Amino acid sequence: MSLQELLLLRHEWALIAAVLFLLVLELNFSEEQKSKSILSAAILFAVVTLLGFLPAETGRTFGGMYVTDPIRILMKNILNISVLIVFLQSGSWLRTKNNYNRITEFYLLMLSSVIGVNFMISSGHFLMFYLGLELLTIPIAAAASYDQYKSKSAEAGIKLILSSAFSSAILLFGLSMLYGSTGSMSFDEMQFSMDLLQVLGFVFFFSGLAFKISIVPFHLWTADVYEGSPTNVTSYLSVVSKGAAIFVLVLLLVHLFEPLRQVWQQVIYGTAIFTMTIGNLFAIRQQNLKRFLAFSSIAQAGFILLGVIGGSALGMASVIYFVLVYVFSNLAAFGVVIAIEQFAGKLNMKDYNGLYKTNPRLSLAMMLALFSLAGIPPLAGFFGKFFLFTAVAESGYYVLLFIAVLNAVISLYYYLLVVKAMFINKSESPIPYFQSDYPTRIALSGCIIGILVVGFYSPVFEYIKQLCLASF
Amino acid sequence: MNILISHIAVPTLTTLALMFASTQKQVRTIAAGGMTIQLIQSLVLLYLFLQERAGGNDAAVLFTQSFAWYPSLGISFDIGVDGIAVAMILLTSIVIFTGIFASWEVDKLYKEFFISLIVLATGVYGFFVSLDLFVLFLFFELAVIPMYLLIGIWGSGPKEYAAMKLTLMLMGGSALLVVGILGVYFTSDIEGVRTFNILVLGQHHIPVEMQRIFFPMLFIGFGVIGALFPFHTWSPDGHSSAPTAVSMLHAGVLMKLGGYGCLKVAIFLLPEAAHEMSWIFLVLTGISVIYGALATVVQTDLKYINAYSSVSHCGLVLFAILMLNKTAYTGAVLQMISHGLMTALFFALIGMLYSRTKTRIITEMGGLMKVLPFLSVCYVIGGLASLGLPGLSGFVAEMTIFVGAFEHEDLFHRVATIIAVSSIVVTAVYILRVVGLLLMGPVRNETYHNFPKAKWFEKIATVSLIIGILVIGLTPLWLSDMIRESLGMIVDKLVLK
Repeated sequence: MSLQELLLLRHEWALIAAVLFLLVLELNFSEEQKSKSILSAAILFAVVTLLGFLPAETGRTFGGMYVTDPIRILMKNILNISVLIVFLQSGSWLRTKNNYNRITEFYLLMLSSVIGVNFMISSGHFLMFYLGLELLTIPIAAAASYDQYKSKSAEAGIKLILSSAFSSAILLFGLSMLYGSTGSMSFDEMQFSMDLLQVLGFVFFFSGLAFKISIVPFHLWTADVYEGSPTNVTSYLSVVSKGAAIFVLVLLLVHLFEPLRQVWQQVIYGTAIFTMTIGNLFAIRQQNLKRFLAFSSIAQAGFILLGVIGGSALGMASVIYFVLVYVFSNLAAFGVVIAIEQFAGKLNMKDYNGLYKTNPRLSLAMMLALFSLAGIPPLAGFFGKFFLFTAVAESGYYVLLFIAVLNAVISLYYYLLVVKAMFINKSESPIPYFQSDYPTRIALSGCIIGILVVGFYSPVFEYIKQLCLASF
Repeated sequence: MNILISHIAVPTLTTLALMFASTQKQVRTIAAGGMTIQLIQSLVLLYLFLQERAGGNDAAVLFTQSFAWYPSLGISFDIGVDGIAVAMILLTSIVIFTGIFASWEVDKLYKEFFISLIVLATGVYGFFVSLDLFVLFLFFELAVIPMYLLIGIWGSGPKEYAAMKLTLMLMGGSALLVVGILGVYFTSDIEGVRTFNILVLGQHHIPVEMQRIFFPMLFIGFGVIGALFPFHTWSPDGHSSAPTAVSMLHAGVLMKLGGYGCLKVAIFLLPEAAHEMSWIFLVLTGISVIYGALATVVQTDLKYINAYSSVSHCGLVLFAILMLNKTAYTGAVLQMISHGLMTALFFALIGMLYSRTKTRIITEMGGLMKVLPFLSVCYVIGGLASLGLPGLSGFVAEMTIFVGAFEHEDLFHRVATIIAVSSIVVTAVYILRVVGLLLMGPVRNETYHNFPKAKWFEKIATVSLIIGILVIGLTPLWLSDMIRESLGMIVDKLVLK
């Protein structure tokens, strides 16, 4: 194996270097300087993210186990950006007394998980895929129970690890069937036909992955885990872990499982309707904002499936574009929730009453984020949703499209409830004015700029579309 | 710079400038200044347009400009106007201009109020100038969403309920529009890269069986905001809870997006289905017209009176559009403009009266003519225009509509027309009832004598609207000619089928 081939793993090398560097760096910090690792981790990761954008070689290595091409690099970069935002938002939480002694550990867990994400996206073999998937999940289970003094956090950790163990088992069961019928685990060598065993194997495989994306009916863990985990971990779960699983799903369905298209189109048709509708209907009743965002993210996953169903270049592009938009919108919403939780310890919707009077800028940011999630122009979410709808219409599923647009209206209702709380409802004791720390504000401003710009700046979408066309 | 771009740029810049304003005085000055410039440039646009037409330029749309936006999907920022759009833009400019003055005394969160109001207006302008369905839809939603905050924060009565109901119903309409627009986009027989451009789509054919699916989607989608029965229920609640300027803008302009969209998108692009299905919607709009008028008669709240009469009058717009001929179309557009001016005048006056009497229930008021002669006379003029007195705009519009409707010789259309015409009588009943109870008779309360007389900004608002009503009423020909010329494209497509 030449050096050239090893360099293909640039994203992964950079992350591993960051992990090692952070470990060594932490040894040099004295007890009082512990919080310095927050800044160093953020800077390190910013460098890693930037490195990802440099022009890169594409190709395959490790006997086809590892694949990299422009579209996978783009996916990794999108997820890197969101991890960077999550890192910037976690500073104030890590500085609290309980976490002060385990700041670096948090970043190590997160970085390992990101390494898993990268390997999973680049996998050219189901073993590599499975390895990446586990590496993505297990550190997050530890991070989910980070608030060790809260019973809910421990519960979240256990729930996450148990449900992902369960889903892994299902996924492996499916993989073993696929292996049995095709005689290989390598994407290049697997030949699919509409064999019943393969269909069954695919359905099990899909169910396993559906746990990660929290597609109905595999969503039951989502709300509890999202509520119990520290909010920063929740935002990671809802954006990075979900986004990675969606990316892999798109790549595999469009390329590997192409011969089973008829099967997976039916599967996705059904699950998309249920995911959107059930996510939306449950979100309406939520009072706790973390649960609220959990159900909203389930509904959003349903919308994303709309782009997958056509299996076309347009569909693939709209999925990737929507995830990019979703990263900014969802992380902006979480950014506000985190800031308020850190300052006032409040998470209920009625605590947000009258927020605009005391914290106008934060309320505006929240409003923009929610409007973008709801798909209101001229924000990026509007473009994202419209392109997803275009992809469905392209494949001629007008009934599905109709159900989807009705769901978009339902989702607007509950997003407006939060806007109503902040802008219209009055409160005796609104959350007083406060300023969060610099990194949180930078992250939030970055998200808002993303929400405002990505839609108008059409080259973003055109670039993604071009890459998707090239990958066919 | 293209005058249409500056029609979007001026409100946008005004919004940006407002963000940096601090005192109430600055906010008012910027808002009023920006919208005055907008009104002036709309008049300039009208002049230039008539100039071009007089010069023999008979292109379907003028002042076109196109910027590629999402080339791979065929989305581009295409703008251009025909006579109908010019008329609607002028209407919008007058209403927003007067709306600013009618809300001169807003003192709660005044900056946010004017920003939301002008964002709404930006959406409306964008809607009227765009020739690309995607851009048109974008501006449509942009015009709807500020309503939620405007009603929710500054409204009165059950404002939260009304705001939510209005927003969700209108967004439900726009959800149907998404399906319709995408359906039209994918089923038209264009080779190669598809396009959202209305004019290009208009030159291509869409299979009739597909038209049958998408025509109801587009027509109802736009019909919701045009108060099509049974999707009109947002209108009375929304209008009565909204603050003055928002009611003006919403009833005066936003409801017209419905009629405009039905005419220039639904019927223009899907003519065969329009022929086949017009009878269903004719029944619905017939119900709108009569039901709206009858419901008005029993209302006692001034805003509800005006809201229900708007349902009736806007029903007439859709009714005329469904008659599918040139005369009726001309009438429809005239009615949109006439009703826009009238209803804006009514809502402005209701706001002004309410700020003095603190009630909107007509049975609790009386004799206002003696204490507030200026505002009362304005109210009477608006009322007379509404019931179709010759010399005012309402007469011209309704006359044209019914002449157009009578061009159909079959029994169904005749009956529908006769039923719709009878709404004029009902209109006279409720207008005269309000005038009688509200303005005539003895002064109900001694404190009424202390009412401040009409202030300068109130006079500007009412007088500008009355001028509009008079101009259309006395010299309607230039306007109806301008509209008629632009209808050729739509009517040709209908006949060709």
